[in-house]
Amino acid sequence: MSVGARAATLLVAFIAVAGGVVFVVIHILLAEPATVNFTAGHATGRPVNMTIMTDPVNDVSNHPDWVSYFVKSPRTGKWIHSTIWQLPADTRINVTAYEFDSCDPLRNQFNGLVRGTVGGVMSVSGEADGANGNGISVVNSDTTCGVAHTFSVPELGLSVPFEGVLYTAKNQCTQGPCVMSDTHTLTRFSFITPGPGDYRWQCFIPCGLASVDGNGHAMSTIGFMTGYLDVA
Amino acid sequence: MAAAPEAAGPAAGPAEPNHGLRILLIWLPLALIADLVIWFVWGPHLPPGDMSTSAAGQQFAIRVMAVMAAPVVLFVLTYSGYAMVTWRTRDGDEEDGPPIEGNTRVQVSWIAITAVLVLSLFVFGLVELSAPAGAGAGAGPSPLWKPGGKPLVVQVIAQQWLFTYRYPQYGGFETTELMLPVGQAIQFNVTSLDVIHSFWAYQLAVKADANPQVNNVAYTTAQHTGEVTLRCAELCGLWHGAMFDYGHVVSVAAFQAWAQATRAKMAKITRTLPAYATVYHPNEIKGLAKFYYEAGLPGAGGGYYGPQYYPNQP
Repeated sequence: MSVGARAATLLVAFIAVAGGVVFVVIHILLAEPATVNFTAGHATGRPVNMTIMTDPVNDVSNHPDWVSYFVKSPRTGKWIHSTIWQLPADTRINVTAYEFDSCDPLRNQFNGLVRGTVGGVMSVSGEADGANGNGISVVNSDTTCGVAHTFSVPELGLSVPFEGVLYTAKNQCTQGPCVMSDTHTLTRFSFITPGPGDYRWQCFIPCGLASVDGNGHAMSTIGFMTGYLDVA
Repeated sequence: MAAAPEAAGPAAGPAEPNHGLRILLIWLPLALIADLVIWFVWGPHLPPGDMSTSAAGQQFAIRVMAVMAAPVVLFVLTYSGYAMVTWRTRDGDEEDGPPIEGNTRVQVSWIAITAVLVLSLFVFGLVELSAPAGAGAGAGPSPLWKPGGKPLVVQVIAQQWLFTYRYPQYGGFETTELMLPVGQAIQFNVTSLDVIHSFWAYQLAVKADANPQVNNVAYTTAQHTGEVTLRCAELCGLWHGAMFDYGHVVSVAAFQAWAQATRAKMAKITRTLPAYATVYHPNEIKGLAKFYYEAGLPGAGGGYYGPQYYPNQP
C-alpha cells in the first residue's frame, strides 16, 4: 500500500473515531429533552396555566414501558415529552394534572401530604374538596390504591400526590400520550414560583418498574419522572 | 537517616562542628513557634468549628494532631535544609562522599520517638472516638457511649432524594425541617427507606450512614444557635448533589414553640404515618400487601412491595 493510501486510511479512521465520540457526547451524554417555555409573551403579574399528564407508557422514546410526564405546549397545545419547564419568576402557576397511571404505595407516607401549594391544598375532580370544602391536604396511599405519583420540588417545599387509576378500571391508557377517553384522575393546584434559578423536581413513588426496588429507570432519568423548573 | 560525615583523619582539617546541636537550635524555635501558631491562631478556626460538643471535640483532636505533627515535619525539613547547605559538594571537590553505614543511636531514637507519637495518637484517637461525645459519628444501633439524661430523639429518614425528620417525643410528627434546641443532648436515629445515604450535619460534626433497615445512632449537643448545613455524603443517585438543606439550632423556648406548632400542623398526616420505629419495612404494610395480593398486582417497587408479602396468602 502506498504512503498516500495509508495516510488516507489513517485520516478516515481518525475522522470515524472522532465523529463517534462527538456523536456519543452530543446525543447521549448531553442529551436532554426540549425546554417547554411558559415565559414567552407572559405579562408580569398574570398567572400561568400549565397542563401536565403522567402516562404509564409512551410511544415517543426508547423506553416505551417507562412511566413519564408529558406537558401541553402553551404555544401549540400539543403534548410534549419533556420534564424541563421554563416558568416566569414570582408568578402563580395554575397546574392541571391528568394522571393515567395506576397506583403504588408511597415508600414514605409523609409524601401523601400536600404541601407548598397555594393554601396547602389540591383539588381532585370527582372528590369532595376536603372536610371543610377548601381542598384536599392529605392522601393516604396505604389504605387503598391511593397515589400513583407525586410532583415534588424539594427546594421549594412543594409536593403534590396524584391519585392513581385503579388497576381494575376499564379503558386504561395503552399508548402515550394518553387520550382523554382513557381512564384518568384530574388534580388541580397552584404554586408560586420563586426567584430565578433551576429547581429540580421529582416523583417520590418508587416507580422505576423493573429496576432494583423501583429506584432507577424512569425515576432517575430526566425526561421521564424527574426534571427541573427553569425559573427565569 | 544519614549520619553526619566524619573527618577523614587527623590531618583532614579543622574539627567538625556539633551538627546535631546546630540542627536542634534551628529546629527547636521553629517547632515552638509553629505549635503556638497552630494552637492559638489557626486552631480556633479549624473545621468544623465548635458549634456542638462533637464539633469542638473534632477540632480539638485536629489541633492536637497538628501540634504533634508539626515538629516532626519541621525536623525533616530542617535536617534536609541543613544537609543541603552544609554537606553540599563544593566547586572542585570531586572526592567521593564518606561511606555511611548508619547510626544506631539516631535510628533508634527516630523509630522510638515516632512510634511513641503514633501509638499515643492511636490511643488518643480511640478515646476521642468513643468519649466524651462519640465524635458525632454513627455508632450503630447500640452505641457504647451514651450521654447522661434523656436526649432529644430526632429520627433522620433518608430517601432518594430528601431527608425528613421525625420527633417521637412530640407525637411522632414528621417534617422536612430540622430544628434543634441549644444545650440539650440530641440523639439522631438515622435510617433510610431505599438506598444507602449518609446524613452529614457539617457544623454539628455529625455524620452517620443512612442504611435501609438499620438504625445508626449519633449523639451531639449544640453549644451555639445558628444555621447548620445538611448534606448527603454518600453518592445515592441522580440528585445526590441536590440532596442538601439547612437546619437550625435555636433556643429551648423557640424549639418548644416550633415543636408544638408543627405537631399540631402535621396532625393530619401524622395519623397516616406508621407507628414510630427505629427502622421501617415498607414491604410489611400488611393491608397493602393484601390489596396487592387480591388484585394480583406486581407492584412497581420491585422487592419492596407485592403479594409475596401478604402473610395470609395460601
